[in-house]
Order: sequence, then C-alpha cells, then structure tokens
Amino acid sequence: MIINHPLLGPRDANEFIHLGDESMIDRPDGMGEHAAKNFHEYLYLRDNPAGKYRELWYHEAGDRSWLVVTRDTVTHEIFNVELARDVARSRGRSK
Amino acid sequence: MRYSAFGILKQGLTGNKGWKPVWREPEPKKSYDYIIVGGGGHGLATAHYLAKVYGGKNIAVLEKGWIGSGNIGRNTTIVRSNYGLEGNQPFYEMSLKLWEGLEQDLNYNAMMSQRGILNLAHSDGQRDAYAKRGNAMLMSGADAELLDRAAIQKMCPFLNFDNERFPIKAGLLQRRAGTARHDAVAWGYARSADLHGVDIIQNCEVTGFQMKNGKCLGVQTSKGMIKAKKTAVCVAGASSRVMEKAGMRLPIESHVLQAFVSEGLKPTIPGVITYGAGHFYVSQSDKGGLVFGGDLDGYNSYAQRGNLPVVEDVCSGGMSIMPMIGRARLLRMWGGVMDMSMDGSPFIDKTGIEGLYFNGGWCYGGFKATPASGYCYAHLLATDTSHENASQMRLDRFIRGNMIDEKGVGAQPNLH
Repeated sequence: MIINHPLLGPRDANEFIHLGDESMIDRPDGMGEHAAKNFHEYLYLRDNPAGKYRELWYHEAGDRSWLVVTRDTVTHEIFNVELARDVARSRGRSK
Repeated sequence: MRYSAFGILKQGLTGNKGWKPVWREPEPKKSYDYIIVGGGGHGLATAHYLAKVYGGKNIAVLEKGWIGSGNIGRNTTIVRSNYGLEGNQPFYEMSLKLWEGLEQDLNYNAMMSQRGILNLAHSDGQRDAYAKRGNAMLMSGADAELLDRAAIQKMCPFLNFDNERFPIKAGLLQRRAGTARHDAVAWGYARSADLHGVDIIQNCEVTGFQMKNGKCLGVQTSKGMIKAKKTAVCVAGASSRVMEKAGMRLPIESHVLQAFVSEGLKPTIPGVITYGAGHFYVSQSDKGGLVFGGDLDGYNSYAQRGNLPVVEDVCSGGMSIMPMIGRARLLRMWGGVMDMSMDGSPFIDKTGIEGLYFNGGWCYGGFKATPASGYCYAHLLATDTSHENASQMRLDRFIRGNMIDEKGVGAQPNLH
C-alpha cells in the first residue's frame, strides 16, 4: 500500500505503524460523568466496519506525524489522508 | 455408515461404489431449539457436543457458503496447549485432551499427529519466561519440557544456533502438541453432528436477527425467517459484521494473517518449530510442504489476502532461524481474516440480549481451540452457565479489569 502523505507525498506503508480507529483522537474526560463507561467504550469497543474506515497511522520511519487515513478494509484502497492534527483542530482542539 | 478398516477393504474390492454422502442437505424447518450461526470448525463442533454430550435436540447449523469455507480451511493446522495464564491454559489443555480422542469420538480420520512443538528461546530472560510458562502448563495437567541447547542441537541440527544477535539458548517442548488435517476436522464434526440429527444448512446467510422486547426470537436468512429458542453466533472473522445486526459493538478488530506453503520436500522438520526472536512458525505437512506463517499484516482488513512487506518479513524470519529453507520455493500463500480481540483472548459468553449467545475473538489461535470451544459453547447453550474452563472468556471482562492478556501488550489488537 502507498500512503499519500499530505506533506511528504506518496510513501510506502511499510514506513508507517498502524494504531487503529480514528475515534482514539477523541479521548474522553477522565474526570467527567460516566468516565469509566466512556473509557471502556473508547479503549475496547470498535465499529470494525467492512468498507470505508478512518484510522490512525504513525509515520515512524519518516517525519513522525500522525495521520488519519480513510481506507477500504475490503479492497485496501486509500481514499484520503489528513494530518491528525488538522482533524483534531477542526473539532475545536487547540493542538 | 460407520467407517472401519473392514469397510474400506470391502469398498476397495467392489470398486468404491458404495460410499454415500457424508451429511444430508436438508431444507430449513420453521423453527429450532438451537440455531448455530456459522458452519466452521467451532460451529460444527458446538453442534456435535450439544447433540452428543448435552443431549440437545432440534439443532440447525446455518452457513453462508459451504461448511469449512472460513478459517478452519485457511490455518496452519497447529494443535497445542502451551499458554501461561489461568484463564487460558486449562481451556487449551482440555482442548488438547479432546484432540487426543477426537478420531475415536467422531469415527473420522482427522490425521491428528502429535509430533510436538518446540518454542525457541534466544536470551536468558526468554528462557526464564518459558520455564515459568512450562510450569503453568504442568500445573494444568499438560506436558512441558525445558530443553537446553545441546538437546535442541540433537533434535534439530539444522537450526541456526549461533546467530550473532539471537543465538538459541533453550527451548520449551510440548511433545503432545502437533498438527491435524484442518478440513477433515470440519468434515468429521459435520458428519457426526448430522448423524445426531443436526440439520446442516449451507448457502444460508443470516441477514438479521428477529428481536422483540430485547429478546432474540430467531434469524432472518437468505432462505427466509427461522425461529429459535437460542441463537448461537459462531462466525470468527466476521463477528463484528454479524453482531452489528444485533446492535452490538465488540472488543474486536478484524485483521489479516498470511500463511505460506513451500514445494514438497523430503521429511526434514520433526515437529512444529517457532522462532522466539522474530515471528515465524513452521511445520512440515505429510505431503512434504513446509507450512509456515508469522505476523499479522497489522492493519484492519476483511480481505482474505495480505501485502508483500509481511511476506518478506516472514521469509526473512525463516531464513534467520533455518537458513536451509532458502533454496525451497514458495508454492502458495493466502490470507485469513482474524477476529483480533483487545487482549488476544477469545469470548464464549451470553450477550446482553436474551436468547443470543456469542463465540468469537479467537485471534489466530482458533484452530487448536476447536474441540474445547465447541464443548464449552455447547455447555453454555445447554445449561446457561459458563463451563469452568471458559469461565473467564467473558465479554464484560474489560470493564471488570479481568483481561486475559497473554502477551501483556494491552488494548492493541494488531500486537497480540
């Protein structure tokens, strides 16, 4: 697979490490209400779809950036690659 | 028809014209007491033990394609009970004991061959960890031997003992482990289940569950609605896709694992050998091919094929521990879709929905578990209580903090 890095261009997927579901960007508030339940869902439960999937990849052998990759889990086709920082900021996070 | 040596002789002398189909191909009835969704090894084993041991009646197994078309037909056929944790090891030892009596129980040749498994250790720390694991195995009633370097040299002189980085220091040997003919396991269970009156319905895809007031009343299928008092899902590899239809999210990700077979060679590898520094495991089939595998590709996938970087990684692991295989040519390779759970251990449990049961999350250790998985799932279905050897394999173990994390890597499915 080739991951089209937004800053570095097309790179071999071998340079990256796969972390998992993109929802891990949205860490729950540990002090908030229902924190135990929210953390259980955040850490352990997954949608695990067959088809389009948004996931976090880490460019370990490159610029060490975190990416959100939109990929098809049935065909391995990659549709979109964004910097995870940009995704987080677009949701109102400061960094 | 009971198989016997006399029967084979008789058929041989009469042109083999008397063999009959091994199971029926019935149309589904309107309702059953038990519906098992998934005609793989675990589903068929569940049907067999439910009917034979627990006296279950009126049972159907529904299979989307043909029976044995999933991971029971795509694995590397290894059977072993060499786990370290209390939540796992008694279960896998139960499974190995069932394997030892499987062919007599099923009256079917599953080509169970107890040729042993040898886990190699490459550092003092790893040797000590294997000693601890061996003790856990002994305490569960399994066999385990810690071999020193000289004993391994005698047994497997072809290994690379003096790799600069990963010399062989010791090995953990389980002599009762081995391999079995994977397809024959599915067929043997199917035949036995059929003989006990189980309806095995192929080409029957479950498209949804019929729910009423939080209770599961049956399944919608490509062959119409079928009612059931108890519906038991057993579809590892596709667990998330099926349970989503019941509105459940699981602690599971689907990943692809590749396996490889070389051209046929003369007998050279005595049993199953695993490399402890890279991830590589190998055995030799009765036809002579080297059957081997390694790591997951590492990203979520429902494709039954992987990518080339892992092929290179697995083969370089093989070359590192067993340089002699470098001249062998790769004959074929394929991928299977694994239910990778959040702690690397499986589930055999009730769900929060009355009448709906779940078996899955086998990661890439499902084949060896087939008999005990079927037995314990049948126990759960018949009695509504967990079998003592599967009592920790619960869906709610993460929120209770009772993970069964054999490798200790946490909630990272692609590392288990």
